[in-house]
Amino acid sequence: MLNAFMSYLGSTVTPGEAGNQFWALIYVLIIFAGVSLAVICMNWLERKALAHFQIRLGPMRVGPHGLLQPIADALKLMLKEDIIPSEADQFVFWVAPLIGLLAAFTVYTVIPFGPSQAVSDMNIGILFMLGVSSLGVLGIVVAGWASNSHYPLIGALRSSAQMVSYEVAMGLVVVSAILMTSLNASGTGTLSMIGIVQAQQQQGIWFIFKFFPLGFIAFAIFAIAMVAETNRAPFDMAEAESELTAGFHTEYSGLRWSLFMLAEYAAMIAVSSIAVTLWLGGWMRPFPNLLHAPAWEFIFSLFPGLTFAGLAAIAVIGTARMPAHSFFKIQRMGLAVFAALLGFIALFLLVIAVAGRSADTSVAARFREGIDYVYWFVLKVAVFMYLFIWYRATWPRYRFDQLMKIGWKVMLPISLGVLIVTAIVGVIFS
Amino acid sequence: MSIRESTNDVSNLDLDTPDKTYLDSNELIINMGPQHPATHGVLRVILKLDGERVLGTECVIGYLHRGVEKIAENRTYTMFNPYVDRMDYVAAVSNGLGYCEAVEKLLNVEAPARAQYIRVILTELNRIASHQLWLGTHALDIGAMTPLFYTFRDREEILKIFERYCGARLTTHAFRIGGCQYETYAGFEKDVNNFLTFFAPKIDEYETLLTTNRIWLERTKNVGVISGEDAIALGVTGPVLRASGVKWDLRKAQPYAAYSKFDFEIPIGENGDTYDRYLVRMAEMRQSMRIIEQAVNSIPEGPIMGKVPKVIKPPVGEIYHSIEAPKGELGYFIVSDGSTQPYRLRVRPPSLVNLQALDIMVRGLLVADVVAVIGTIDIVLGEVDR
Repeated sequence: MLNAFMSYLGSTVTPGEAGNQFWALIYVLIIFAGVSLAVICMNWLERKALAHFQIRLGPMRVGPHGLLQPIADALKLMLKEDIIPSEADQFVFWVAPLIGLLAAFTVYTVIPFGPSQAVSDMNIGILFMLGVSSLGVLGIVVAGWASNSHYPLIGALRSSAQMVSYEVAMGLVVVSAILMTSLNASGTGTLSMIGIVQAQQQQGIWFIFKFFPLGFIAFAIFAIAMVAETNRAPFDMAEAESELTAGFHTEYSGLRWSLFMLAEYAAMIAVSSIAVTLWLGGWMRPFPNLLHAPAWEFIFSLFPGLTFAGLAAIAVIGTARMPAHSFFKIQRMGLAVFAALLGFIALFLLVIAVAGRSADTSVAARFREGIDYVYWFVLKVAVFMYLFIWYRATWPRYRFDQLMKIGWKVMLPISLGVLIVTAIVGVIFS
Repeated sequence: MSIRESTNDVSNLDLDTPDKTYLDSNELIINMGPQHPATHGVLRVILKLDGERVLGTECVIGYLHRGVEKIAENRTYTMFNPYVDRMDYVAAVSNGLGYCEAVEKLLNVEAPARAQYIRVILTELNRIASHQLWLGTHALDIGAMTPLFYTFRDREEILKIFERYCGARLTTHAFRIGGCQYETYAGFEKDVNNFLTFFAPKIDEYETLLTTNRIWLERTKNVGVISGEDAIALGVTGPVLRASGVKWDLRKAQPYAAYSKFDFEIPIGENGDTYDRYLVRMAEMRQSMRIIEQAVNSIPEGPIMGKVPKVIKPPVGEIYHSIEAPKGELGYFIVSDGSTQPYRLRVRPPSLVNLQALDIMVRGLLVADVVAVIGTIDIVLGEVDR
């Protein structure tokens, strides 16, 4: 048991590649728990950020600054009556949210949080990822159809129309990024997610800056298409609240409805991870090729700890600014505990950073590296998450024929052009 | 499509046996409302769809019917005054102004100059408040969540002035037959002037969010087009009519209250689409500010109540008086039999009449445009159903 546990620690490949099923299982569990936690955080952050865009406070009552609101919501949804309309196709209605959820979570098997911090490194990683994440649409279509109701049906139709119009452009720009991975001495590219990041490492440039502005255009198209893929504003036609009441999930309630939400947020994180992996250097910290002196290495390794220290500081300030009235006593205590928790995490991370600063192969050094990789990856993904909220606060909703027009008449020609030009430029410069 | 054709189609909106369209698929008949996030209350629209394309609509109204006109027959003229506030509850002051002026016309009395100035100021403030609510909800229908909160924040300042003036925020009952009941409170002029300086940059803020927003342009330009001819034929009034290029505003056309004393313009549009209606209303808010500024800085001194008998008993006769409410022409037709109660009172609500234009505006458009058009007509169901 212990041997099985320890056998992997010194390894530099993913458990999937090492054939270590035990560690693969552990990774799956960690990722599942981590993504669920991220969704809960995202839920709270979205409500708070959106509220502040809109000069509101957002949740403030359940826990200090509404920190326990997502948990209260989840609890409420679990306790709610689970309604299946009598006219609905019962089995399909039951299975639809699971399809969406499964598709959203399956893609995490190939997302590389670090060179060895992934469940598996498939050689067709990106293909697998695009294929599986597109299956999420099936969940929506099936849910809309099974509800046997008009608004969900229209929502489902919109969703499928949406899929055919962005998926093509999205695939083409992904191909242009894959082409860039082949610009090495041997001229072989890769579809492996880890390989794509390593190619950026070897070439010393994030693909977003490669052949500027080619990489950037490709990235921008992907960034638009991924908003459409996750049915988020301004492309949230499938659930357009003001038009279709709630779109495809109008007839869903309780836990089944919350599975759709979970799938939506998980899918948002997943597609952001693709964008980060393909164009933003995945797990790499900024300027690994220029600032590679041990001192720089150490400074950058302090970032995770400092981030949590900053969060803890915000929580401390929040505690201090709580009204002095005795009504807020419990809330103040709660926030103080939260601040202490963040502080402990910060302390732990800083200790790891200091203990693992020598670049040897000790467990502490490996652990420190792993934390750095995951930190930079998550930070980049978090930027996209913020963008998702920002879009939602700022823009009106597109009409679905307008999305299709953009997809076919604007994005598709541009992405085709980018692909061709990338190929030509790649041949010339290699 | 001419109006005559389209109205015939509506009455033939055959709901029981949907027609077959191509590929042997049926038309979809869908109920939008009465409980729907974008129908501004309890409007029910039956949509006949081919896929998402609208083939025809039918409005079903009456879910908020309270029989206001019948109630009027059992109330004295004074007692009925607060009821009109409950029709268009976002522009209650305008409703009160229309009713009071109608009864004054029937009685053949006139409100004193000071009362008329106060009436103009409050009515124009209310016009801004009404347009703010329209802007917020209209943007929300099209998917922009944020403007709603900004408009509500600023509308609050107007409601505060109302509250200080008469104690109520929404259903104000601000005016009385013959003038105003309340003298302006100390600092009224200052509050109004403060509001004007506060609000001028806020309109620009709304416009930054929407006017040049590409998605907003795509969603509103050439959507829900109605020609000036059709609009007149349907009796459409207010900003919807003016956006179609017809320069018709009762404040200029048949001035009432003190409007003839002020210098303002009537903004008009060209294309009669949703975007032009948006621009017209935004410009109207600016013009309202101009009127308020002139009025508040030149309020004459004097009494606020005209010579009205304690018991209002108008002579036998009938009267139609209409004013330019924020949503269009608001008319009151009152028949008096010489008693203390109206024999018959009929309201011509702008929302109801403008709603007629929905069908020809949305034919051939998509479901998403239906909510945009309902929003742009700016209906209040309290007024549609009465």
